[in-house]
Amino acid sequence: MTDATAATGAPAQARRPFASLLTLDEHTKRRNATEARFKAYGLAAVLAGLFFLVVLFVSIISNGIPAFTRMVVELDFTLTQAQFDEAESQLLKTGAYQGYFVEGFDKALEERGVEVEYDAAVLDRLIGKVGGIMREFYAANPDKIGEEVVFELPTSSRVDGYFNGRLKREDVSDSRFLEASDLDLADELYEAGIIKSDFNWTFITGADSGVDNPGGAGIGASVVGSFFMMIVVLALSLPIGVATSIYLEEFAPKNWFTDLIEVNISNLAAVPSIVFGILGLAVFIQFAGLPQSAPLVGGLVLTLMTLPTIIISTRASLKAVPPSIRDAALGVGASKMQSVFHHVLPLAMPGILTGTIIGLAQALGETAPLLLIGMVGFVARGYPDSFLTGFTEANSAMPAQIYTWAARADASFYEKAWGGIIVLLLFLMTMNIIAIILRRRFERRW
Amino acid sequence: MKTLKIALVAALGATALTSAAVAQSRNNVQIAGSSTVLPYASIVAELFGENTDFPTPVVESGGSSAGLKRFCEGVGENTIDIANASRAIREKEVAACADAGVTDIIQVRIGYDGIVFASQKDGPAFTAFEPSDIFNAIGAKVLVNGEVVDNPYNNWAEFNPDLPDVGISMFIPGTKHGTREVFEEKVLLIGCEATGAMEAMISGGMSEDDAEDACLAVRTDGGKSVDIDGDYTETLARIDANPDGIGVFGLAFYENNTDKLKVATMSSIAPSTETIASGEYPVSRPLFFYIKKAHIGVIPGLKEYAQFFVSDEIAGPNGPLANYGLVSDPELAETQAMVADENTM
Repeated sequence: MTDATAATGAPAQARRPFASLLTLDEHTKRRNATEARFKAYGLAAVLAGLFFLVVLFVSIISNGIPAFTRMVVELDFTLTQAQFDEAESQLLKTGAYQGYFVEGFDKALEERGVEVEYDAAVLDRLIGKVGGIMREFYAANPDKIGEEVVFELPTSSRVDGYFNGRLKREDVSDSRFLEASDLDLADELYEAGIIKSDFNWTFITGADSGVDNPGGAGIGASVVGSFFMMIVVLALSLPIGVATSIYLEEFAPKNWFTDLIEVNISNLAAVPSIVFGILGLAVFIQFAGLPQSAPLVGGLVLTLMTLPTIIISTRASLKAVPPSIRDAALGVGASKMQSVFHHVLPLAMPGILTGTIIGLAQALGETAPLLLIGMVGFVARGYPDSFLTGFTEANSAMPAQIYTWAARADASFYEKAWGGIIVLLLFLMTMNIIAIILRRRFERRW
Repeated sequence: MKTLKIALVAALGATALTSAAVAQSRNNVQIAGSSTVLPYASIVAELFGENTDFPTPVVESGGSSAGLKRFCEGVGENTIDIANASRAIREKEVAACADAGVTDIIQVRIGYDGIVFASQKDGPAFTAFEPSDIFNAIGAKVLVNGEVVDNPYNNWAEFNPDLPDVGISMFIPGTKHGTREVFEEKVLLIGCEATGAMEAMISGGMSEDDAEDACLAVRTDGGKSVDIDGDYTETLARIDANPDGIGVFGLAFYENNTDKLKVATMSSIAPSTETIASGEYPVSRPLFFYIKKAHIGVIPGLKEYAQFFVSDEIAGPNGPLANYGLVSDPELAETQAMVADENTM
């Protein structure tokens, strides 16, 4: 048989033209060219993606970095008991403190002597909203009344913008909030070290502020709001999601009903997130009577959004556990439940955790459902009093805070929005890195 | 496996505890509504939190109509206490409120706001408009040679040689904004009358109401007039990208962005807090907020917030609101008395 094939093979070979292995024929060349082209397309796609990523990162970082620094006025200031009593007797107490600070600033400059001519109105335009900070300080430290205190208080947003390069001198030519001549004094004070640059801790730790006070705005409170929402999401979606997946994957009979559930879970994963917000408003707030703007409701809404993601990824990782593991467990006499909880689930854990963290990261960056339950807007509540009230007290969330800042008139808030994006990205990156580490560390191959 | 069990128990426990904590009542004022009033409300809310022992109120945006709709959903802790509006409440809305049990509403006028027409600072010289210019630019039907026709204009200079010879591109507030109503009433309608289009429509057989509606219709061809449903920042972004674009802004927003925008006069009057207060500048409107009287005494700080808002120190001519761009109400004292007495509409 082999002889026969060899005999018939020889004349067939003879019909083909002589081909060297070193010179390629037309057909091979064409195939090779197709392959080279495909590789080039692939590389181009990767490079285009990288290019956009770099552009995105450069613009986020260059726009957001100024939010982390601020210009402050450093001043030795003494508040007398009489001033304190007078301020506290007024309706607008913070306004009175603001006035005292301008007075003190004026006096300090008079003693020191400055070359540029100015009046108190100029100083008022240079400094930001400092009344609130001062009232808070003296309320917490009543023993400091009558003593000299070194204050470092924020300048107004336009002075800030002038020193960080956002505003040029000619940009304030039509402005009612700062005049170009005011900048002469600002320049001199900067040279003298009275106005100086400082790391903006308020931005990291503070809460939102009014539209006329960009210097007082911070993302800290909304980070806390996001944290409480994530606790709710984790505490609800992980047990519910894993229980659902185990039942559907290991115990449920395969019939039209479980098929229907399966299809609906996949459909739910594709529902636009704003729909969950509408549902949250109708069910959790209007029907169940839960508080508005509360991280608890935000967390519940985001749980609904995250559940399908977790169920789908958990089912995939349960499916990836080889049947031989189950068979072996059942073979040595384990019950179905024992085989699932002692053998299958631990092996599927890395996949489940990865899916959960990615689901949480998705929920962390979501704004749309929060729009309808009152977490977007001016929610400047600071930190909750206790762990439990953290769930029910009004608070914002990081993406909602960024969205709010981006819509404000003062360009300084726009800068803060970019700064907020950096903080949000740091959190998302940390979560994704944890997911990768968990996968690497516990992943098993069969 | 034990850890998983502990985690499960802990998770269920935490959920049970939080649901128990929910039973406590709301202690902060909840506000929603006009994005024009939002900046002022946020200034007051921050100061209210800083200057009193009450927690800082929560102020949401979303537009006057959306805010009033939520306001009229009913009485109770899970509904809002105050609706901000850049227009007066409509009869239809009052009726909807009454149907839901919201019968006693206190109307508070906080001041006036100017609506300005601005373009890119270095763009074409759009420095002076008349209402008729705006109407000719974006009206759906305009008067050309004595006849009412579909708007044929592509260019500003086609109907007013004093205006720059560039394509028409206007960004106007969307219909969910209270600003739109003022824009229609004080610019489009006046322009319609001034150009004679309204008269021509009526003599052409239309009833007065139909003619008015036709005057307010905005052209939809070729993106010459774009409805902006978002905030003024969205309008600003459109203007930034389009040197020939004209945007409709609030005075305070323009004053915060004088480095990017230049403003046009309307009927030869430049917009400013002074010209708006004196009534010379034609396109201005009062701003309001509405209080649910049933919530006073139930929600802590509600009446105090309203009184704080309209006090001389805040809403007066030298207060922080005026400093930001609100035109102070000359009849503020009456409003203060009304809030103190809780007089309903």
